[in-house]
Amino acid sequence: MPLIRLSRLLFAAAVLALAGFASLPAHAGPFEDAVAQFAEGSFADSEEAVGKLIASGNPRAAQIITALQDQRLYADSDTKLVFIKGADGKITSAATGEAVADLPDNASKVKLNNKLRRTVEAAMAGLTLLSPDLDKRIQAAQQVFKSHEEAMLPTVEAALKAEKNAAAKQAFAEARAAILLFKADAPDPDKLDAIAVMKARGDQEALALLTAMPAQQSAAVNSAIAGAKASIDRSLAMWSMVQNGWYGLSLGSVLLLAAIGLAITFGVMGVINMAHGEMVMLGAYTTFVVQETIRTRYPALFDYSLLIAVPLAFLVAGAIGVLIERTVIRFLYGRPLETLLATWGISLLLQQAVRTIFGANNREVGNPSWMSGAFDIGQITITYNRLWILCFTLAVFAILLAMLRYTALGLEMRAVTQNRRMAASMGIATSRVDALTFGLGSGIAGIAGVALSQIDNVSPNLGQSYIIDSFMVVVFGGVGNLWGTLVGAFSLGIANKFLEPFAGAVLGKIAILVLIILFIQKRPRGLFALKGRAVEA
Amino acid sequence: MHIKQKRDAGTPISRRRWLAAAAGLVLGLSAFGSAKAADDTIKVGILHSLSGTMAISETTLKDVMLMLIDEQNKKGGVLGKKLEAVVVDPASNWPLFAEKARELITKDKVSVVFGCWTSVSRKSVLPVFKELDSILFYPVQYEGEESERNVFYTGAAPNQQAIPAVDYLMKEEKVKRWVLEGTDYVYPRTTNKILEAYLKSKGVAPEDIMVNYTPFGFSDWQTEVSKIKTFGSAGKKTAVVSTINGDANVPFYKELGNQGIKATDIPVVAFSVGEEELAGIDTKPLVGHLAAWNYFESINTPENKAFIKEWHAFTKNPKRTTNDPMEAHYIGFNMWVKAVEKAKSFDPDKVIEALPGIKQANLTGGVSEMLPNHHITKPVFIGEIQADGQFNVVSPDDVKKAKLVPGDAWSDYLPGSKDLEADWVKLKCGNYNTVTKKCGGQGS
Repeated sequence: MPLIRLSRLLFAAAVLALAGFASLPAHAGPFEDAVAQFAEGSFADSEEAVGKLIASGNPRAAQIITALQDQRLYADSDTKLVFIKGADGKITSAATGEAVADLPDNASKVKLNNKLRRTVEAAMAGLTLLSPDLDKRIQAAQQVFKSHEEAMLPTVEAALKAEKNAAAKQAFAEARAAILLFKADAPDPDKLDAIAVMKARGDQEALALLTAMPAQQSAAVNSAIAGAKASIDRSLAMWSMVQNGWYGLSLGSVLLLAAIGLAITFGVMGVINMAHGEMVMLGAYTTFVVQETIRTRYPALFDYSLLIAVPLAFLVAGAIGVLIERTVIRFLYGRPLETLLATWGISLLLQQAVRTIFGANNREVGNPSWMSGAFDIGQITITYNRLWILCFTLAVFAILLAMLRYTALGLEMRAVTQNRRMAASMGIATSRVDALTFGLGSGIAGIAGVALSQIDNVSPNLGQSYIIDSFMVVVFGGVGNLWGTLVGAFSLGIANKFLEPFAGAVLGKIAILVLIILFIQKRPRGLFALKGRAVEA
Repeated sequence: MHIKQKRDAGTPISRRRWLAAAAGLVLGLSAFGSAKAADDTIKVGILHSLSGTMAISETTLKDVMLMLIDEQNKKGGVLGKKLEAVVVDPASNWPLFAEKARELITKDKVSVVFGCWTSVSRKSVLPVFKELDSILFYPVQYEGEESERNVFYTGAAPNQQAIPAVDYLMKEEKVKRWVLEGTDYVYPRTTNKILEAYLKSKGVAPEDIMVNYTPFGFSDWQTEVSKIKTFGSAGKKTAVVSTINGDANVPFYKELGNQGIKATDIPVVAFSVGEEELAGIDTKPLVGHLAAWNYFESINTPENKAFIKEWHAFTKNPKRTTNDPMEAHYIGFNMWVKAVEKAKSFDPDKVIEALPGIKQANLTGGVSEMLPNHHITKPVFIGEIQADGQFNVVSPDDVKKAKLVPGDAWSDYLPGSKDLEADWVKLKCGNYNTVTKKCGGQGS
C-alpha cells in the first residue's frame, strides 16, 4: 500500500528532522542497501530506496535525494554502484561521497515518474522543514499543506513554535490546519480553528481541501465547513470576474499589437494588405535569429535579447515593407481588388521563403527571465509575459500616436492621406511618403512579432492566425482612426473573455464574429467613423 | 480611400521583370512536381504537404520516405527494379489532396502512395484510391472507425494509444477526474467520444468529466488553463487528456508553465505532441507531463540507434529528431517491400492480398504484423517529457517487455461501432456487422 509506505516514510523524515539528522550516527548496512537499490531500475525500487534512505538517517541521504530530484543520480545496473553528478559535472560515489574519475559506460540516469517525484518532494519537505533557509522552509510548509500527511504534525508544530518570520509562520499554520482537517481523532475545536484558517486563506486549494474532507464530522464542524465553503465560493466568483477582466485586457493588447501596423497600412493608407501577418512573422523570426546569435556568441546578454530584437525587427520588416510598396503596391493604388490579390500572393511567397530558409518546424524563442513566471494579486494569477506585452503595446501605441502628431513625417503622412493632390501641390513628395508610411506600418507589425514570439509559435504560419483578427479590429474600430483601433481591440478582447467561460472557446469566437457583423450593419464605418471630406475620398 | 498615383516611365520595365520572375517561379515549381522516369523503375508516390499549415509535420515524413527509398535502392531495389520517389505537394489543402492523388496514380502511374496526415485529407483521397484501385499507407495515429480495402493504417488506432494512456493514469496516478481538451475537428471529437464512453464504463461519474474544444491554431489559453485549474481543485486527483493538435500546443504548454500547473499536480497526457512539436518549446517547466505513442526517439534499441544515425546522415543534420509517424512509415514501407516480394508483382490487387500477415520488426524491439483489418500490431509506450525535449518511457517499466496491441478499426466503446468488424482476408469487408451478419452495416 503506497499510502502507508509514504506516511511511514514521512514519519521517519519527521523524526529525523526533529532530532537534527546530522547528529545521528551513520549505519553501514541499511544505507548502502538503500543506495544500491536505485540500480534495480524500476520505479517501485527507487521509491522504496528513498524510504529506506530517509529511515537510515545517514547524513548523505538529503544529498542523494536532491540529486535524484535534479536528475543527477546515475546507476550502473551491473555493478549496482550509484553515482552523483555534481552541478559542476564532478562525479562522486553516492554511498561514500568519494570522488570518482568517470561514469562507467553503462551507467544511466535513475528514472523519475510523477509518483516518485511526489514521494521525493514530500520526503524533501520533511527534511527541510527546519532548514535555516527561509525560502526552503516556506516551500516545505507548502508541500506539507499539499500532502497533509498526519505523520508530519509534530514537526510542523515544532517548526511553528520556533518560527520567527511572519510569512513562514503563516505557511506553517496553514500546513498544520491542513493536517488537522484530515486527522480523524482531532478534537472539534481544533478542526473549527483549522476551517477558519482555510476560510482566511480563501483560495482554490483551501476549497479543494475542504471539499475533500472526510464526510463523518460533527454537526458544528459540518456547518462550519459549509459556511467556509460558501464564503470562499463567493469570493472566488468575484475574483473570477476580475480575472476575466484581466484576461480580456491581455487578449485585447495582443489584438491591438497585431492590428496597429494594419491600422496604418489599411486604416490610414487604404491598402488591403494581406501580407500584414507575414510582417509580424518576420519580426518573430528576427527575434529568433537574434536569440540564436546571442546564445552562441554572447550568452550573458540573453535577458536583453528582446530589447535588441525590437529595433532590428522594425528595420527588417520596415525595409521589406518599403520594398513591397515600391515594387508592387504603388502600381495598384486605387485598385483594391488587385491589391488584395497581389498582397495575398506576397504573403504566400514570404511564408514559403521563410519555410525554405528556416524549415517548416517551429523555432524555439526563449522567454528572458523577467518574462517568465507569474505572481498573484488576491486570488488571480498574472503572468509576467502578458503583463509586459500589455505595457509594451501601450508604449508602442503612444509612440506611434506621438509620431503622427508631432513629427514632420507624421504631418506629411496625414496631409497625403487626407488630400493627396493638395499635399503634392504644397511640395510634399507623395510617393516617398507612401513608401515610408507603408514601411512604418510594416515595421510596427515586425515589432509586434517580437512580442508575439513570446506567447505563440514561431512558425511560417504565425502571421495567418493574426491577419483576420487584425482586420476585424481595424474595421470594428473604424478605418483610419488609431483610437478606434485601441478601443476596438480592447472591447473585442474583453467581450471575448467574458463570453468564453460560458460559451466555450469555439462558440465564443463565433458569437464575437456575429456581433461584429450585426454592428457593422448598423454602423458600417466602425466605432469611430471619420467625418468630413476625407470620408468621401 | 481613393488614391491616384502618377506612373513614371520606369514602370513597364519593372513590371515585365516582375512577371518574368513569377513565370520562372511557376515553371520551377511545376518541374519539381512531375519528374519523368525511365521504364525500368517503379514509382512510389509521396503525398505530404510541403507548404501550408501542415508542412510543419508532413515535411519530415517526405524526407523519411526519400531516405527509405534511397536505402532500398542501395540494397538493389525491389524485384530487381529501382524505386523512384514521386513527390507532390498538396499544400495542406484538402481537395488538392484528392487531385494530387489522382495525378500520382493516373499520370505518374505510381505503384503505391505513402501520405496524408490529417483525417480530413485521408477522407478526401479515399474515393480516389477506391476508384483507381491503388494503395495508400497512412502513418498517423487517428480516430479509427474506418477500414478500407485500399488503405493500410500504420499509425495507432484509439485502442493503441488513447485507451492505454487513460489506463496508465487510472492505475499509476489514481486519477479520478478528467479534462478532455481538444482541437475542434474530427479526430479529437471521435477520440473524446470513445474516451468518455470508456471512462463511464469504468465508473467515472459524468460530473467528473469535462470536455472542452478550442479552434485550430488557438493561442490565447489563459481562460482554458484557469478553467482546468479550477476543475482540478475539487479535491480529487485530476488529469488532462489532450488531443490538441499542431500549432495550438506551444501556447498551451507555455500557459501551463506560466500558471504554474506542475505535472505532479495535474498531469497532461497528449496524443499529438511528439519530439518534433517539443522542439519549439522550452521544456523545463513541462517536465513530467506525458505523451502516449508507439515509438519514442529515446528508446534504446540497436534498430532505433541505427535508424537515427542514418536519419542524421541522410538529412546532414545531427539535431533532427525522429518521431512516431516516421517509424510508422518505416514499418509500412518495409511491409510493402515484403508484400511485393511475396506477391512477385507490383500489381496493387496482388499486393493488397499479400499484405495481411506480413511481419516487420519495428524500431523498439518488437515485430509488428499487418492484420486482416489493415491495421498493425504496435507496442504502447507512455513517456514523460524531459528537460532536453525528449521523452523518458515510464510505462511499461521495461521497454523490451512491451506487449504488442492489435489495432482495432471499430471501437468497442461506441454504440454504433461495437458490433462492426473489419476483415479483408476472410470476410472481404471493412464494416461487417456481427449482429445482422451483413457487410456494410453501420451498427445496430
